[in-house]
Amino acid sequence: MIKKLKISNKNQEFLAKVEELSGEIITKCDQCGICSGSCPMVPEMDITPSQMMRMVQLGESEVMESKAMWLCASCFACTVRCPRGLDLSRVAEALRQMKLRKAIDHIDIKKLPEDEMERLPQIALISGMRKFTG
Amino acid sequence: MKVPYYPGCTLKTKAKNFETSALAVAKKLGIELIELPRWNCCGTVYSLTDDDLIHHVAPIRNLIRVQEMNKNGLVENDHRLVTLCSMCFNTLKRSNIRVLENSDDLKKINDFMYLEEDYEGNVEVIHFLELIKDIGFEKIRENVTNPLEGLKIAPYYGCMLLRPKEVGIDDPEEPVIQAELLSALGAEVIDNPYKKVCCGSYQTIQDKQVVSNLAYDILMRAKDAGAEAITLSCPLCMFNLDSRQKEIKEEHPYFNEIPVFYFTQLMAIGFGLNEDSYGLDLNYVNPESLLLEKNLIRRNNAK
Repeated sequence: MIKKLKISNKNQEFLAKVEELSGEIITKCDQCGICSGSCPMVPEMDITPSQMMRMVQLGESEVMESKAMWLCASCFACTVRCPRGLDLSRVAEALRQMKLRKAIDHIDIKKLPEDEMERLPQIALISGMRKFTG
Repeated sequence: MKVPYYPGCTLKTKAKNFETSALAVAKKLGIELIELPRWNCCGTVYSLTDDDLIHHVAPIRNLIRVQEMNKNGLVENDHRLVTLCSMCFNTLKRSNIRVLENSDDLKKINDFMYLEEDYEGNVEVIHFLELIKDIGFEKIRENVTNPLEGLKIAPYYGCMLLRPKEVGIDDPEEPVIQAELLSALGAEVIDNPYKKVCCGSYQTIQDKQVVSNLAYDILMRAKDAGAEAITLSCPLCMFNLDSRQKEIKEEHPYFNEIPVFYFTQLMAIGFGLNEDSYGLDLNYVNPESLLLEKNLIRRNNAK
């Protein structure tokens, strides 16, 4: 017996929003898991990149509370290997932006310890602020 | 040969040694890297969302400067823009690709910067390693007066030189460009599969533990394969793999530090250039004992 998944309108809207921002056709993901096998951040993540993709496919907005999307370092290891030609870095960026554009910053740069501020190169601070603050 | 050159923020401060060594090396090869007048920050990361154009304004403005340099004679018909920092390279090149593939985006950006001349889309963003490859590794070999014999080096590429494919300067899975350069300098190249694994990048400001764990894996793989030092081309990779050895040492007290170089520093040493151009004092892990042991620098000049 084939069991059909029902996706509510609200969930459809969430999927559509992520597709619009990322420019990726997320329903193309086959859940093969190559991304999760390539991602250097997986040991630190709560959900894997392929689980992130599945949640977005189903329009589950709880994915926005995951640690995974903030741990993506945009290294594009998954991107060069995805057999469906999807760019997961863009999906993670879309999810981050959906938070940041509501002025919900992920980190408070003022809370960085002073010795870290002195050590960190500009390139780290600027890229970090671009990814973690709105 | 005069070529437009984009330094970027970190090359003027924490990565000054990358710039001084690169400029000296370029000069030796007969290349004059002409710094872009009035360059601005590239943004460090390429904006990945589809609807975001404003973050491409800064990179494109830098490309307009290259046009201007050609018009006012600072360079002679050379529309290449050379970068040293891998992140600047990636950001500038990707923004360029975006506007070249999408004329609406280019028009909007040009309209937005109505005080600037229009970007005509004829600039080619290249990395210094590509310029070296164009000149030819044979030319590099000819310039070596102080061969890096006996020095075992693991080249590290990271992400921004290789990925995504349309931006990368080499095979994203099996890059060789640094290995070819290091061989030409006389070094022994140590290969290992972690050469293209991300160092954690900007995660370093969010969670330094995540980065030092990754850095530990990357460095241990290189050490286990026999490397005595690492080379790279990105100031952020440099911070994460070099400076974060402080955190690695706290976590793993038996970890032996391993020097990390910008590839241009090793070129300057191999070319036997003035030691002032090496800038070894800015490397966190002091590489001098290794270089002295291999007779590559002189003791009286070691700091």
